[in-house]
Amino acid sequence: MNTSGLVRLAEAGQPAGFGHDVWWIVLIKVVAAFVLLLLLTLFAVVFERKVIGAFQVRPGPNRKARGFGWLQSLFDGLKLAFKEEIIPALADKPVYFIAPVISGAVAFISFAVIPIGAQVSLFGHTTMLQVGDVPVAVLVVLAASSMAVYGTVLAGWASGTSWPLLGGMRAAAQMISYEVAMGLSMVAVFMTAHSMSTSEIVNGQIKTWYFIPLLPSFIIYFISALGEGNRTPFDLPEGESELTGGYLTEYSSFKFAMFYLAEYIAMVTISALCVTLFFGGWRAPWPISLWDGANSGWITIVWFLAKTIIFMGVLVWIRATLPRVRYDQLMSLGWKVLMPVNLVWILILAGLRLTARNYDQTRWLVLAGIVVTLLLLVLLWPEKEKDEKTQAKRRVDTGVGGYPTPPVDLVVPPNPHLKRIEAQREAATVGAPSGTSESPGAAGGSGSAGTGSAGTSGKEE
Amino acid sequence: MTHVLAHPLATHLLAVASPGAMGTGEKVSFWVLGIIALGCAIGMVAARNAMHSALFLVVTMFCLGIFYIIQAGPFIGMAQIIVYTGAIMMLFLFVLMLIGRDVSDSLIETLRGQRTAGILIGLGLALLLGSGLARGLGAVDARGLETANNANGGNVPGLAALVFTRYVFAFEVTSALLITAAVGAMVLAHVQRRGEKKTQKELSRERFAEGSYPAPKTGPGVFAHSNSVATPAILPDGTKSARSISPLVPPRELTAEDTRPKDTLTGGDQ
Repeated sequence: MNTSGLVRLAEAGQPAGFGHDVWWIVLIKVVAAFVLLLLLTLFAVVFERKVIGAFQVRPGPNRKARGFGWLQSLFDGLKLAFKEEIIPALADKPVYFIAPVISGAVAFISFAVIPIGAQVSLFGHTTMLQVGDVPVAVLVVLAASSMAVYGTVLAGWASGTSWPLLGGMRAAAQMISYEVAMGLSMVAVFMTAHSMSTSEIVNGQIKTWYFIPLLPSFIIYFISALGEGNRTPFDLPEGESELTGGYLTEYSSFKFAMFYLAEYIAMVTISALCVTLFFGGWRAPWPISLWDGANSGWITIVWFLAKTIIFMGVLVWIRATLPRVRYDQLMSLGWKVLMPVNLVWILILAGLRLTARNYDQTRWLVLAGIVVTLLLLVLLWPEKEKDEKTQAKRRVDTGVGGYPTPPVDLVVPPNPHLKRIEAQREAATVGAPSGTSESPGAAGGSGSAGTGSAGTSGKEE
Repeated sequence: MTHVLAHPLATHLLAVASPGAMGTGEKVSFWVLGIIALGCAIGMVAARNAMHSALFLVVTMFCLGIFYIIQAGPFIGMAQIIVYTGAIMMLFLFVLMLIGRDVSDSLIETLRGQRTAGILIGLGLALLLGSGLARGLGAVDARGLETANNANGGNVPGLAALVFTRYVFAFEVTSALLITAAVGAMVLAHVQRRGEKKTQKELSRERFAEGSYPAPKTGPGVFAHSNSVATPAILPDGTKSARSISPLVPPRELTAEDTRPKDTLTGGDQ
């Protein structure tokens, strides 16, 4: 088994400490990451239920026979696998089958590039506690999340019923929009760390964790990650109060379990990536970091997991606190707030970086750029018309006290085929002696049509 | 594998780095992914259902992305997967879902000879591209991507150096073109709003203003003996609520005449 293809990938300037592992160490790391994710998922499900229970002043799962509730998700998972599977008659079978596979498989990929700990010694080999790293590691996470959208969208489409389709369409637009915002929020991290490799980003946070200098990026990342991972308050593709179950309404048994798994792995990945990018990865927090041994060896896993679980707790906290937003609010938040703020912030950061160096000319250029931009903003900012006319226009009175009715001045254009219709129509027997089958309603109808266009008859009333 | 392990990695890399040499791993992944990519490309043309067609294209694009990565271009490979496979094809799917899920190609040709012409033009284009590439690249002295990647200390810095210096104008012109297209689409889709839309804040203020009742209006017929839209709702104190019915509908109570058992067709004369 020669891995030249992968070795070629290594040639492209692989981060230090990677690409030297023996194959069985790689295998151990892959299996360990897989098992860790599964365990974290099982933990996350109970953790979320217990924390939400605490928020709502109730115990949550607490059966003694299920490890005081901590094994509840394991039992639920076993039960799900043995449930009956129902496939809708109108479902597109192949796509219906592939969708949960995509969701489940792709969810695991991101975790491969997350650094879980520092360099350790494993059976006599020194290795990094990370499955693999590439110069574009963070882009791997983005690629995996952009593939995960397919699982959701295809599930919605292939189910062949209305609610899942609506959920799938919501997912398509929402997840792409928030992926753009999420990608932009990482740009500032790349600029600061001078790298897109996760291990080097963690190495760049020896002095300060990036959430301090890059606070706006962190906030935007966290909000957009909620949208990307379909977490409340942005869980519109599921939206159980509107769409029953959204994209996974028609899924049952093991396929449902796959979506469930993917959702909770996404929760873990969001938290782990947040820790990696902004909170020093596996590095120990401040008072502990004074101890020399804190930032090396196996103990680093503890710091990483602790920070990840804290962020998972924040996700649950948000779910327990915030209501679901409306779809148009979600879209305008993503496109009109997160993205412009992010772009301006990146520009400011780049300007600061340039002026911090002692390049006189660049400094003046940056200052001139700021002045010109401010001037343009002041001169070209569209003024809001707040005069009487607009105010009056705003209060369009329908005349019936706020009930939804067509506007009073609505002009219906006349039917272009009116002449032909009138020519072809039989003459109505208006005023014929009673006893014929003619009803007064029909006579009235033909009479009003005879006066001319429908628009004029509407106005007469 | 033992070969890789036996020698230091650097020596092995130099052996692979020479242009033209292709390792076993690369060969295997090329043939596996190549067959998948080609099969899905054919599937895309052959599929009857528009959605399946789009999905085949997704797989082909994904395979292309992995090809780029194997060819020592990790950044462009990831960009291919994120931008083309992830975003652009997703927009295609979105449009297809808007159109409806049962859209299938009809077998009737609307243009005579369209299929033959299509095949001929496709073959011609392939010939043109193939011969052009063969002529253009035949005399090129290949140095391998490693040289290019190492020139600026990696694939990503190398790409950045080119995009933001030598090709910055082409890059900006392309983005201007895309923005123009986006603005054009927005202008076409724009609808002038009648009046100005009230914001949520204004609506909320209005709702809780002095003299306004913030709760929703009672539906007609609530607690009344009939649920007709013309029957006013009865408030807890027994009075009728005028707010429950539309002014368009005159409120009325059923008269004795209305509630009298009606004659049937057969038993009219009782």
